[in-house]
This record gives sequence, C-alpha cells and structure tokens, in this order.
Amino acid sequence: MAFELNCPVPLRHETIQMAHGGGGRMMRDLLEAVMLPAFRNDTLESRHDSALLPDPGSRLAFTTDTYVVRPRFFPGGDIGELAVYGTVNDLAMAGATPRFLSVGMILEEGYPIEELRRVVASMRRAADRCGVAIVTGDTKVVDKGKGDGIYINTAGIGSVPGDLVVGPGQVRPGDAVILSGDVGRHGVAVMSVREGIAFQTPVESDCAPLHGLVRGLLDGGVTPHCLRDATRGGLAAVLNEIATDGKVGVEVVEAAVPVVPGVEGACEMLGLDPLYVACEGCLVAFVAGPDADRAVILLRAREGGEGAVRIGTVVEDGRGTVILRTRLGTRRILDLLSGEQLPRIC
Amino acid sequence: MCLGIPGKVVDVEEGPLRVGRVAFGDVVKEVSLVFVPDAAPGDFVVVHAGTGIEVIDEAKALRVFETLRLMEEP
Amino acid sequence: MRFLDEYRDPVAAGKWVAAIRALVTRPWNIMEVCGGQTHSIVRFGIDELLPPSIRLIHGPGCPVCVTPVELIDKAVAIAARPEVIFCSFGDMLRVPGSASDLFRVKSLGGDVRIVYSPLDAVKVAEENPGRKVVFFAVGFETTAPANALAVAEAHRRGLGNFSVLVSHVLVPPALEAVLSAPGRIVDGLLAAGHVCAVMGTEEYPPIALRHRVPIVVTAFEPLDLLEGIHMVVKQLEEGRHEVENQYHRLVRAGGNRPAQDLVKEVFRVKDRAWRGIGTIPMSGLGLREDYAAFDAEGIFEVEGVGGPESPDCRSGLVLQGLLKPTECPAFGTTCTPDNPLGATMVSNEGACAAYYRYRRHSQEPAHGV
Repeated sequence: MAFELNCPVPLRHETIQMAHGGGGRMMRDLLEAVMLPAFRNDTLESRHDSALLPDPGSRLAFTTDTYVVRPRFFPGGDIGELAVYGTVNDLAMAGATPRFLSVGMILEEGYPIEELRRVVASMRRAADRCGVAIVTGDTKVVDKGKGDGIYINTAGIGSVPGDLVVGPGQVRPGDAVILSGDVGRHGVAVMSVREGIAFQTPVESDCAPLHGLVRGLLDGGVTPHCLRDATRGGLAAVLNEIATDGKVGVEVVEAAVPVVPGVEGACEMLGLDPLYVACEGCLVAFVAGPDADRAVILLRAREGGEGAVRIGTVVEDGRGTVILRTRLGTRRILDLLSGEQLPRIC
Repeated sequence: MCLGIPGKVVDVEEGPLRVGRVAFGDVVKEVSLVFVPDAAPGDFVVVHAGTGIEVIDEAKALRVFETLRLMEEP
Repeated sequence: MRFLDEYRDPVAAGKWVAAIRALVTRPWNIMEVCGGQTHSIVRFGIDELLPPSIRLIHGPGCPVCVTPVELIDKAVAIAARPEVIFCSFGDMLRVPGSASDLFRVKSLGGDVRIVYSPLDAVKVAEENPGRKVVFFAVGFETTAPANALAVAEAHRRGLGNFSVLVSHVLVPPALEAVLSAPGRIVDGLLAAGHVCAVMGTEEYPPIALRHRVPIVVTAFEPLDLLEGIHMVVKQLEEGRHEVENQYHRLVRAGGNRPAQDLVKEVFRVKDRAWRGIGTIPMSGLGLREDYAAFDAEGIFEVEGVGGPESPDCRSGLVLQGLLKPTECPAFGTTCTPDNPLGATMVSNEGACAAYYRYRRHSQEPAHGV
C-alpha cells in the first residue's frame, strides 16, 4: 500500500489514548497526522533522534521553559503561542536572535485531538512570526486525571552577535529603566475567564514576541545593560530580581507605569495591584542614562513597543531595594510577594 | 476589610437576586443588586463581594472638593 | 475610574495635608479601624505626609487577622475531606492555623477554590450535586449581607449540599474592647466606611460619649482619609468627641435596611473569639436555628478541632495599637510573610505584613532614601 508521508493521516480516535504515547503505531500515527504536518521543516523531516543544526558561527544562547496555563485558550492567546513566545523572549532577553525550538508535550489521556491540532497550528504560526524552526520534539501521555490536558515544554537556541553581554551584572547606578508597554494584560485576560472570578473585559493577553524590540535597540546603536521580560509576578518581580542580582537599587515612578483601563478596573474590583499582575509581551530594559531617550524612540518605532516609556532610574543600594514613588509623591518599598496575588475582599 | 469599589449600573434583571451588570471602568461584572432596590442603570453603586451595598449620592460626592475650596478662601 | 481617580489627586491631597499641619498643636494617636483603610494608607504612603505628631494606629478591622486559629483549623479539617469543595475568598488561603493552612490542604489534594462572591459558591454547589460545597463565611458587617444572601439563596433553591463555616465579627464590640483596654493610647477613630454603609452610624454616639473619643466615619481613598484625619484632629484640638460622617456620599445614618433585614433573618448575634484578643461578648454572628441545616460546623462535626496559637505571636497587642509590629521580637525574624506566626503577617491589610512589605527600612528617614 502506498504511504504518503506528507498527507495528514486520519486518526481513528478523537481523544488522546495511552497508546498515543506508547511508542507503537498509534504514536506514529499521531505524529504523522498532527505534529509533523504542523511543524514541517527540513530538519524535522530528516526524522533523526536529534536535530542536526548548522553552526551559526557565534555564541549560542540556550534556554528552556515549561508552560502550564488554565484555561488553555484565553482572550488574546493560547498555551501554544505562549510556549513559543515565552522561550523566544527568554532568548531575546540575552540579546540573542532566536533560531531553533524543541517541543516536549505531556498530554493527558482523553485530551481532544481536535484541540491538539489547534494548539500545534498556533505554535507553528507563532514560530513563523518569530522566524524560528521547531526542529525536534517529544510526546508523552499520562493517565486521565494526572495532567491538565496538555503541558508544553520548549527549549530554544539563539545566536548572540559579537561580544554582546546583557545581564543584571551590567546594570549601573544612573541607568534608566525603560518599560516597553502597559502592564498586567495577560494576568487579567486569564483571570477574566477563570471559574469563580469571571468578568467581561475588552482586555486580551499581551502575549507576543519581543525579539523585534531587542533587535530595534541593538540596530539603533543602544546596547542595553540588562533586559528582562515581565511574566509571572509582573513588573514588580522583574525589578526586584534585577535589583537583587545586580546589587543596585531601583526607583520607579508609579504614575509613569502605563495600565490600560480594563486592567485597572479589574485590579480595583479584585483588590490586586497591577504592578504584580502577569504580562507576556512586555520587557524592561536597563540602559545607560544618556541612552534613555533614544531607547524609548527606538522601541516605539517597533511593533509592540508603541507604548514604551521611561519608568525609573537605577540608584546605589547594595541591598537591592526597589522603591516606588507613589502618586502622592511618597515613597515605599515595592517588595516581592510571598506567592501569587489573590483576589481579596478585605 | 471590606474592599468596596464604585461601579456604574449598566442593566438590572428583576428577580430574587436582582442581578445587574455593573461597569468598573472597562470591566463588567454581574453582581446582585438586591440590597439596593432603587439602583437603576446609570447609578453608581459600591460593590463588595459581588453585592451592591449602597448607591453613591453624586451631589454629596462633590462636597469634599467644595470643602477644600472653602478652606482655601480667605 | 469615576469616584476613585478624583479622590487620589495629589494636589488636593497636598492641600489637606497643609490644612492638617495648620491645625495640629500636639501629638495625637488616631486609629483607622478598617484594614482597607490601612491598605490605602500604606499603598499611598499617607502616613508619610502627616506631621510627625500624628501617629496612625492600624486597627482590628481585618477578618483575616481576627478569625481565631480554631476556625482556621476547622476550615482546614473540612477542606481536607474528599467529598468537600471548599470555597473561600482569596484572603483566607494563606492564614496559618495551628498546624496547616488552606493552601497546604490544596497542595495535598483538597479541592479548595477561590470565589469572588459567596453566590459563586452557591453556583458551585448547584453544579456539583454529588459534592458537599462549603463556603468560608468570614467578614465584618459589610460582608454579612452577601453571606446571608448566599445562605438564603441556597435555601430558596433547596440545595442540600451547600453549607457555610461562619466566622462573622462585629465592629462596635471590638471598638469597645480596644477603647477599654488598660493603657489605651488611641485618641480618635476613623470608623470603617463600608461597615457603616451597611449598618449606619447610630451605634457609634454612645461609644464616642462613653470613651470621650471623636469618631469619624471615613472612606478609603487618599483624599477621604486625609479629610477624615482632618476632622478627627479638629475635634481633638477643640476638645469635642462626636460622631461625624466624612463618607456622606455613601453612608446614611440608618444604613442599608434591606441588607440589615436579611442579616437579621439569617444570623443572630453571639459571643465570638477574636484571634490575639480573646472572646468578646456578643461580638459576632452565627446562623439562626432556622438555617442550622447550612451550618458546616454541625454537618462535619468539627467540635473540639483546633490547636493553640503560637505563643510568640503578639498580634493581639498589635491589633489594639499597644505594640508596633516592629517592636515584636518575632517581627522579621521568626515571623515573615513567607512563614507567618500570626494572621497580621498574612493579610494584605495585616499591620505586620504591611510593615514588612513597605516599611522594613522604616528606621531610616522616610524621605531620604
């Protein structure tokens, strides 16, 4: 019987079975019907246990992250997009040009294959948008009740130009703190569809790739001292991480941090502080003071950076304290939270 | 204690719970307006734990600014 | 947002601060009763704007902080049962009981869910007829109507699988306790605006009179708090002790009658233990006989559950304004937000957590960082 590799094979099952991870024919069927058609590229087509990659002739950046999100589809995005952009953004924050991704999936028995198709299609679109190829992967299936539908791990490789060094160790007192856009949209979008909290809002997740913004800075001649994308824990977590690791203080002006009305309304209603709400398409750049204005202009010229603003300044402080100047002009510590911010009544 | 946020009543469905949609800026949430039986679309209510607890008196709301202005006058 | 933004205007705030400075001639200790007020004060740094002679004391108005260990232990015991879906406001999940907290119960497989409204828990009960849904009904007078509504609604819908674990407390008896405490340092009170929106202001004149303290019903935004402080200071400087209402845009003298009526229909006043303070007579609410079928304590037979509070925790003194959080030996050492000994270190509004998060370098000059 003729067997056409490029043609998506119809699957006998509508949901994931344990055998889809069992190494036999059903697993091969799943890969050929769902994964390979979605991610198709020459490297993947070679079907080795390992992907063979060309030598980029530069230093490599290598990172990994795992994505668990509930709900899996939320306003403005889904777990597949998040899994691509998140890892691409981690590469970009090292100043790297993202090149290759691996994808590891843990599927729960009973997970609808139709949804899996949507997730992998979304990953492919996201990868194309970032100019990265998904070159290797793995799929495992766990018993019903032992997973949350789908978990995705992606690892990424990027190339780092020249002798570029971007990291907390480069941050110096006098540096300007630049934020690429408004905060808190991802967290609010996800909360808006959670059981028990749900509300209507025009807010969509900001999930987006950030490597274009970094490229914009570098091409425009601004070498950032440090870059970090704000994710879990929001802007406050990022500022605290950099301040602690860089052994500097950071002073931030609360009124300068952009928050869209939908995020503000949700935060007021639930008793949350937007500075701690998750983002997925927002970066903080620490640049030398004299570069601040140019950095803002360069970011604003790029898609996703239109709302870039300077929000603060790095100061001497070996303890790594982040100080917030409030709307009333007073100062307080902007600390890390013990855990996730929870909706409160009190 | 007692986070209460002012929102604008969008609509009300009469019934045992008097559920209404209330807008907090761009965010709309269904809450019970059973304790504010006179609250109508356009009114601002303070909402706590999913229930409206009282209607804001808009005329009185301006008084804090009036008091300030009077204090400044010699 | 309307009715929020305009009350956060820095220029107007500066004018109130100047007015307070012009008024004050000697030191005064003012207690803001409500944790929501504490939250605003800390978030906006309002205490820093005040002249040094005015000291704000964070009061007991935070249900997270005053819910007794015994109730948390009961919540933990009920939430751990496999047939139970335990619903709670987000506030209560981190509060330490004697041995565990609700987050730990969840990590061990307990079905613990956060809801925004007590009615959401009723919905969960309707959608899960095979499970027992318990709502942790905590709060002060502001939350009592919403909790009463959930019970009444479950009753109306005939839901046999819904119950509430009640830990309701009342403000006036707590104020009596604070103001009667030996060594009291509180000169004036900012009363809790939303509690008064529900209950009105009529309970307060006898308290003001008996203890000779000015009481100003105050809202939660910076301009409200500054105006409330201004009103208290004015009374103190003039030797008056009356009840005044700063939050007149919301609070009516008689309060919200429909809300009060439903609370009276579902709950009755009873003695309540307060964490760190002890039992205060007639200071809380429990379900009436007619609604006993919704009482989780009865359904799950948790009588006798509950261990002792940490002996190192002095939150009771903190709640009464007799000790500053930073004066507690455990503060920041054995007691931190990651590993709290008492509830005041947990809650967003807890005085200890507020100090830890925002003021741990407060020994340094506040303006000279």
